[in-house]
Amino acid sequence: MNLEWMAWTLPTAIFFITIICILIAMTTWQIISPCIKRRGFIPLSTTRGDRLFIGLLSSAYIHLAWLGLTNFTIWIAFVFSLVWMGVVMRWG
Amino acid sequence: MNKWEDNKAWFLVLPVFVIVAFSAIIPLMTVVNYSIQDIFGPGERVFVGLEWFKEVLGDPRLHEALMRQFLFSGLVLLIEIPLGIGIALLMPKKGWGASLSLVLMALPLLIPWNVIGTIWIVFTRPDIGLLGSFINGMGIPFDHTASPTQAWITLMLMEVWHWTPLVVLLAYAGLRAIPEAYFQAAKIDGASAWAVFKYIQLPKMRGVLTIALLLRFMDSFLIYAEPFVLTGGGPGNTTTFLSIYLVKIAVGQFDLGPAAAFSLIYFLIILLLSWLFYQVLQNAGKGDA
Repeated sequence: MNLEWMAWTLPTAIFFITIICILIAMTTWQIISPCIKRRGFIPLSTTRGDRLFIGLLSSAYIHLAWLGLTNFTIWIAFVFSLVWMGVVMRWG
Repeated sequence: MNKWEDNKAWFLVLPVFVIVAFSAIIPLMTVVNYSIQDIFGPGERVFVGLEWFKEVLGDPRLHEALMRQFLFSGLVLLIEIPLGIGIALLMPKKGWGASLSLVLMALPLLIPWNVIGTIWIVFTRPDIGLLGSFINGMGIPFDHTASPTQAWITLMLMEVWHWTPLVVLLAYAGLRAIPEAYFQAAKIDGASAWAVFKYIQLPKMRGVLTIALLLRFMDSFLIYAEPFVLTGGGPGNTTTFLSIYLVKIAVGQFDLGPAAAFSLIYFLIILLLSWLFYQVLQNAGKGDA
């Protein structure tokens, strides 16, 4: 199958493979140990999947804000987002 | 029965997953791929990293289009929600009048969106349009293709005419679902019409009004066909909303890279708003009697 029209690049392939791996890992985790809704510092009762979604969406906004407001390397935003994801998943 | 047997039902939704994959996920992946490259043609592309995102985020025309979009959606909600409730309250409760009102209300919703734009172009033309020539005949100069204010007024009129019926139908359904016993109790207590509305009808309509509010906000935020046909984003850029500006970049200028980056930012805005509204809807549903 010719996928040239999709214009794949290595960074985007890594990005989507990571997303797919996260989804598979979360599904497996849910089957092995189903989660219960809980309330953390986010003012909502959230499941593990909710916290993943909130973490990913806020990480996207962190990257956009970084790009729009600063001229520093995007990797700083990436590291900050990873820390933020960890905080949301654990205490969110 | 164990949980593995129950999970077999997931195979029934497999066709939907396949359709969504082809219609949404694969195009989305392609857009992500385009957003970090300069696309010259099939097989001719250069990796540019996050350059397009930086360019689009600093584009003042995008900021202006976003502000216009929020203003438009805000005005739509401020006008359509109270007007829709008012009309629903005035509609007959039963008999042929109720049926006729419902059919009349549903008519604008059945017309294709691009046809709505065409209808309003003809209706508001300053020379031969019924509304346009009438206003000009009264001595008030009217030409929505020349005046930004008149373009906005015409656009709002068209939008209100087209979509208020949706709010009316939802509010009417909410009103009809209130048990008669509430009104009988209010009558015994000598409650005024305003008190009945404030303490019975409005709280009982909370669920449907939340849905109406969310639908209207999302629809108005994504609006494209009607303003594109009516004003084409003009005069100047005064009615250029996000979707119109996006099409100008992608199709007009054929800048696929910046358009892809723009699309992803637009998608993230919609995703955030949808999620926030979903949370509001969930909480409203829980609190609804």
